[in-house]
Amino acid sequence: MSAAGGQGMGAAVLRKEDRRFLLGKGRYTDDLQLHEQSWAVFVRSPHAHAAIRSIDAAKALAAPGVLAVLTGDDVAADGLGGIPCGWQIKNKDGSVMVEPPHPALAQGKVRHAGDPVAMVIAETKAQAKDAAQLVEVDYDPLPAVAHLPAAVAPGAAQVWDEAPGNVCFDWHLGDAAATDAEFARAARVVALDLVNNRVAPNAIEPRAANGHYDAAEDRYTLYTTSQNPHLIRLLLGAFTLKVPEHKLRVVAPDVGGGFGSKIFHYAEELLVLWASKRVGRPVKWTAERSESFLSDAHGRDHVTHAELALDGDGKFRALRVRTLANLGAYLSTFAPAIPTYLHGTLLSGPYVIPAIYVEVKAIFTHTVPVDAVRGAGRPEATYLLERLVDKAARETGADRVEIRRKNLIQPDQFPYQTPVALQYDVGDYQATLDMALQSIDYGKFAERRAASEKRGKLRGFGISTFIEACGIAPSALVGALGARAGLYEAASLRVHPTGSVTVFTGTHSHGQGHETTFAQLVVEKLGIPFENVEVVHGDTDRIPFGMGTYGSRSAAVGGTAIVKAMDKIVDKGKKVAAHLLEASVADVEFADGKFRVAGTDREKTFAEVAFAAYVPHNYPIETVEPGLEDSSFYDPKNFTFPAGCHAVEVEVDPETGVVDVVDVAIADDVGVIINPMIVDGQAHGGLAHGIGQALYEECVYDPEGQLLSGSFMSYCMPRAADLPMFRVGNHATACTHNLTGIKGVGEMGAIGVPPAVINAVLDALAPLGVETIDMPATPEKVWRAIRAAGGGA
Amino acid sequence: MAPIAPIALTVNGKNHRVDVEPRTLLVELLRENLRLTGTHVGCDTSQCGACTVWVDGKSVKSCSMLAMEADGAEVTTIEGLAENGELHPMQAAFHACHGLQCGFCTPGMVMSAAELVRRTPHPSEGEVRHWLEGNLCRCTGYHNIVRAVLEAAERIAGGPR
Repeated sequence: MSAAGGQGMGAAVLRKEDRRFLLGKGRYTDDLQLHEQSWAVFVRSPHAHAAIRSIDAAKALAAPGVLAVLTGDDVAADGLGGIPCGWQIKNKDGSVMVEPPHPALAQGKVRHAGDPVAMVIAETKAQAKDAAQLVEVDYDPLPAVAHLPAAVAPGAAQVWDEAPGNVCFDWHLGDAAATDAEFARAARVVALDLVNNRVAPNAIEPRAANGHYDAAEDRYTLYTTSQNPHLIRLLLGAFTLKVPEHKLRVVAPDVGGGFGSKIFHYAEELLVLWASKRVGRPVKWTAERSESFLSDAHGRDHVTHAELALDGDGKFRALRVRTLANLGAYLSTFAPAIPTYLHGTLLSGPYVIPAIYVEVKAIFTHTVPVDAVRGAGRPEATYLLERLVDKAARETGADRVEIRRKNLIQPDQFPYQTPVALQYDVGDYQATLDMALQSIDYGKFAERRAASEKRGKLRGFGISTFIEACGIAPSALVGALGARAGLYEAASLRVHPTGSVTVFTGTHSHGQGHETTFAQLVVEKLGIPFENVEVVHGDTDRIPFGMGTYGSRSAAVGGTAIVKAMDKIVDKGKKVAAHLLEASVADVEFADGKFRVAGTDREKTFAEVAFAAYVPHNYPIETVEPGLEDSSFYDPKNFTFPAGCHAVEVEVDPETGVVDVVDVAIADDVGVIINPMIVDGQAHGGLAHGIGQALYEECVYDPEGQLLSGSFMSYCMPRAADLPMFRVGNHATACTHNLTGIKGVGEMGAIGVPPAVINAVLDALAPLGVETIDMPATPEKVWRAIRAAGGGA
Repeated sequence: MAPIAPIALTVNGKNHRVDVEPRTLLVELLRENLRLTGTHVGCDTSQCGACTVWVDGKSVKSCSMLAMEADGAEVTTIEGLAENGELHPMQAAFHACHGLQCGFCTPGMVMSAAELVRRTPHPSEGEVRHWLEGNLCRCTGYHNIVRAVLEAAERIAGGPR
């Protein structure tokens, strides 16, 4: 625990950032109104697939207040780059994936409903909206395909000529021969066909972008709803706008949630900057929710066949997985990495499985691009594994808890090398399993089930034991896997003359509370008051560099960069203190905010040393530079591996099919915790997200590629009345390869809980003979499953 | 071009006379004309509740009301809730219970929840959850929002601490 007023590591410090949000003084992108602000509205394709015969903007241009109507031809004429993909995947034969062009505005063809075709800029938003209705686009509709596996069937509509059969890549991982051999001698094989439902991210703040080209300075500024402003600047600079970074400033101010969807470089970010230069005014665009459904990258959308081989003792011997992954019409920034490196590599879960082989075919369809949504690949891996384990228990007559316990990696087996490329550094999976079972009082489940039955309800218990890979990502490792950028993190620390500190972090906070937690890291290390620390993020003009926030990486990677920078500050401070205290540097210790000559009471406070560094009259000026500021780039050595156990109880009404989540108890190992209040909050949000996927949420396309669930009227978001209070427990084992011991927490709920919910639903329905159900387990689906199994009236 | 009409209304105790188009929504008037950007827009189907304000003392989704309908009304937004810099008990409880993360749904949540507690001084957990069905949050799983509303109800019923 910390020295400085209980506001260091491990303290449930209330958040600094709350006050501005509670007063209505947050600064979100749409709140910003620039001098001479103009507005953009996009004309989007109503067709999933069509050739554009012509675009007639004459009426729109003549409408009141219209400044410009821009199309794909203008984008091409001005030489804007296509939206790039950050990851490249190799096929089984070593060739590279198909990487089709992604123009910022459609050129020649549209490939999903919502594909942007034209951009209307006007004095006001209402004028831009009115004029957008007047843009006449002559489409020649073409056959389209939206679903898996229809997109790979012979004769399916083709999204790209260069991708025959709609295959983007055909990837594999693991030892096929060893896996086949294990299956050949297995005592038992359990197989499952699964769908991992397509979901929309739905941060409550819709995406927005405000571009300003300053002609006097020849400089661009973009305000955008981004999780990673530096990454956007990098992609704008190198690929899309193609101007050097010193001419580009990207600001991600307060951002109203991300959940992955605000990682990616979207066309609108490029277009508002480009349009601003063309019209000579700042150009702002804010998505309406229906536009978000048609333009934010979606998540998941896998169709999988999975098989588990067991020996006669119920031990897992091998896993074989064949997945089709829908990538949508274009490759989003991280898209190819999600079903591969964040999915295939996770398939050992927390278990000893001697042989694993996974094949993933990534498929283009005429739908919105699919990329990371909270969990990103790891929920898909966890879901199939935990469904399979439950099925194995059912088919072999084993207890669901005991089959897991028997196959978990033991604490003395770390570091543990899986057959699918990852090496887990540390964990204690038995401890979190026991903790969750105790928390939900598993021993008394039968009594609760009987009580539910008396009320006409079917009660089910479900569990999942899981791992995730977070703290993305070690550059050397992911570079070998195909990333075109390393995912390190940067931090700068400026100690001011009177000893207060400004931290500049390359991560971005859009709900995670970094202004509080990163300040706690500083309080813990430098021993200065919490109030004396300011954390700055989200502005490329203020922060030297950064990779941003996703993959539960901010505390594990960004936090470690901050600690490394502080180590440099302390090292320099010792030299200054040694001079002031007339001692040798080796004799100076730093603790509790004081530099002290070891074994004496001679000391200088952190503030005194800082002051001396900026007013260096009495100073080792020959050997030490004035000033007290340093920075660090930290590239992690490995992923971190948070893990845990999620236990769920549901009650199903057999008459209506309604599933009520009545209890959720989880035990997680997220490594060392900075602020337990914030960690619990992250768990709550992830759980709601995961329960949403399991029971309510789905992006539904008709076979022709029309999105049927394009608003909050038709896409069911979890609401307060749908959820119970959550019991959250933690059992930490410290990450062994970073300075903080932190593993990461942001995605855990969304990863661990969906299979626990479905396993609970199937447990409830088992007496009626229902053996499988796909997410989301809506009342209709549950009701039909009961009827199909011959249960119910 | 749609005709422009003047309306008069009071927002957070201040009188305003504003020219609006007939189609202008109350939330657009607040955000764009009056630059009160604490009231947020999270959807276009009046589902998310981020735009909740009080009109004549009742919570209203300001995206579902025309500005002209607010002619003569008294409107309170999140900016008008704290008094002399002191947080309203509902705001204070959201802070104390970590009832907000990204902060985007927060103004609507607070405005809506404050009305619940005014109507039902001692709500049960179930009543809080049911009342908040018109307000979406993607960050908190509602857990700490519900705790905050229950705590605020206690604070308000128990008088100032």
